[in-house]
Amino acid sequence: MITIHHYLVLSAILFTLGLLGVVIRKNLLIVLMSLEVLMNAINLLLIAISRYLGKMDGHVVAFFVMTIAAGEAAIGLAIVVTLFKNRRTIKTTDWRIMEG
Amino acid sequence: MVNIPTKLISLIPALPLVGFLINSMIALAWARRRKPVYPEQGRRVSEIVPSIIGCALPIASFVLSAWAFFDLREMEEGASLSSGSLFTWLSTPLFSVDFAFLVDPLSAVMILVVTGVGSIIHVYSVGYMHKDEGFARYFSYLNLFLFFMLLLVMGDNLLVLFVGWEGVGLCSYLLIGFWFTDPEKATCGKKAFVVNRIGDFGFLIGLFLILFAFQSQGQSGEGIFSYSFLTANKEWLAPLATTITLCLFIGATGKSAQIPLYVWLPDAMAGPTPVSALIHAATMVTAGIYMVARLGFLFALAPFTLHVIACIGLATALMAALIGLTQFDIKKVLAYSTVSQLGTMFLALGVGAYSAAIFHLVTHAFFKACLFLSSGSVIHACHDQDIRNMGGLFKKMPVTGVTFLVATLAIAGIPPLAGFFSKDEILWNTLLYGSWPFYGVALFTAGITAFYMFRLFVYTFLGKTRHPHPDHIHESPRVMTIPLIILAGLAAVGGFLGVPEVLGGGNRFHHWLSGILPVSAGHEGNPALELGLMGLSTVWALVISLLSVGLYSRRLDWPAVLTRRIRFLYELVYQKFKVDEIYDALIVRPIRVISEKLFWKGFDEKLIDGFLVHGWTDTAAFSARLVSRVQTGLVGHYLLYFWVALVVLLVWAV
Repeated sequence: MITIHHYLVLSAILFTLGLLGVVIRKNLLIVLMSLEVLMNAINLLLIAISRYLGKMDGHVVAFFVMTIAAGEAAIGLAIVVTLFKNRRTIKTTDWRIMEG
Repeated sequence: MVNIPTKLISLIPALPLVGFLINSMIALAWARRRKPVYPEQGRRVSEIVPSIIGCALPIASFVLSAWAFFDLREMEEGASLSSGSLFTWLSTPLFSVDFAFLVDPLSAVMILVVTGVGSIIHVYSVGYMHKDEGFARYFSYLNLFLFFMLLLVMGDNLLVLFVGWEGVGLCSYLLIGFWFTDPEKATCGKKAFVVNRIGDFGFLIGLFLILFAFQSQGQSGEGIFSYSFLTANKEWLAPLATTITLCLFIGATGKSAQIPLYVWLPDAMAGPTPVSALIHAATMVTAGIYMVARLGFLFALAPFTLHVIACIGLATALMAALIGLTQFDIKKVLAYSTVSQLGTMFLALGVGAYSAAIFHLVTHAFFKACLFLSSGSVIHACHDQDIRNMGGLFKKMPVTGVTFLVATLAIAGIPPLAGFFSKDEILWNTLLYGSWPFYGVALFTAGITAFYMFRLFVYTFLGKTRHPHPDHIHESPRVMTIPLIILAGLAAVGGFLGVPEVLGGGNRFHHWLSGILPVSAGHEGNPALELGLMGLSTVWALVISLLSVGLYSRRLDWPAVLTRRIRFLYELVYQKFKVDEIYDALIVRPIRVISEKLFWKGFDEKLIDGFLVHGWTDTAAFSARLVSRVQTGLVGHYLLYFWVALVVLLVWAV
């Protein structure tokens, strides 16, 4: 029997993996994909809790998150393309202009 | 005679100030020019305006002073002219000071000397400073000097006097270091300034003590520093009188070049010669004498101070005269002579003969100004100051020679020239003071004065010419010789202002000042004794003068022959008793070492700069560098911080 706990644990694992990907990876495309994983972990959580509580609110919020994720992916990819055009690289370590 | 409107009194000091303002603007305009002020043509033109302004305004001051003086003479005894309060200068809960000018018999004498002799020196300067790059600047300083000196003698309270006191110090710095591109001369200016500051410090403490004396007795008042208030309330000052007067006298030793602060005056010769005449005769150095005489009522409360003044004056007179014997620089001899004569004046003040001191101040102004201007004329002709390179100038420069001779006779105390009467009055009063040793030393000093003055005269004007280019030497232009003739005339007849009673003169000078100055307590002199001593000092002066002339007109190198035995002593005197070296070793160098090693390298660089200033900035910069390590510029790191912070916040919140 799959309970709410399984969903919670899965969501936590996905979130952690996504976070690790964002923090550790150097390729900007992978970072963007990891962001998607992060958001999907949240979506999974929203829907699981929503089902568990028998309400539809979570579903609605999840759709909003997907919409925003789509927009974010579009903008993020555009930025990545621009960055690549400028310096022929999308490694995050090559773009440390904010260094103190 | 029309009485002088009292408002006009303020014009006496104001006119030279106007001259200063105009001439300094001209000087500034000159300094801005790219081209030299004196192109080959039209040199004279650019000097006319500063000369007229620089001379006319002091002369106008002199006319006003004379007007005020004659008015004062018509008035009843004890009267004075006051400008009234021009404005309230300082007003505090403790005291208030009005800016006001006062002409009483004492300041009337002083302003006549300052503006009179000062104006003559101004006119002379037109010739002496001809073709100097700083012509306008020179005249502006000279006028400023006169302004501050008039402020000093005319102010009706001690604070206005102090402004003038500091002002003449400033002007002496500006004028002694007038040729400032020569570092040596600039150093002499600095020396005068610094030595005077030391004296002024004493003066300032004296002023504070006066304030303190009034405060501590619950007295405070309007115009607490004005002479009228001080005179009326001198009993409040009595407990502190000795300390106050000693402090004030320290100020006087600085201004009037007495032991131990006389060292600046011989160095003051670095300035143009008319400046030396102005400083030595009419202005600055007389300030100390004037101040002590002006505050005579206060000094009379402190017999100890008076005794100190007499001793210092006598010691200074003797020591400076001894040094004067050995110098070969024409101006240096005169400078030490001034120090010596000022010492004589202080001796007079110390023995309570205030009017004799002022009398000697006046006659000294005449003959010393004449001597300096004559020597200036010689320097102008020879371009040299060493009397060993002169000689035989009498034929080439007859006017200068005669005026120099007249002034020399006057300072040597040959009757009936000016110096005889004033010096003899001082000698007589010294004896009345009850001290034979003092009298003896003073008489001896007078003899030395006669000796070195005639030595100077013979060296310069008699014998054969030792100058390398004797044909170049010519008499100075008339703008210089006429002032010389006037001063020589004054030096000749100035003594008749105060012919003593014994000689049937009634000593008008003494009576003129008797209302202002304290009269020394009832010594009744013996007329026969007075006449006898007068004869003694006359014979003494004559004998010494003739001795000096006789010795030096034969052989100029006889001191070398004579002093071979006492070589060490002679060298010591020749090197001015090594006082400058002693000061240098005892005071200047230790202060310099302490300042440099302790205060500069230790305190300033290590503590203030190193620890306090750079310490704090270094700490800030170091912590900033530490924190900036966190900013890697990597998005991942920032996100990590963000996440960690979020977790911490959540944990903390729950």
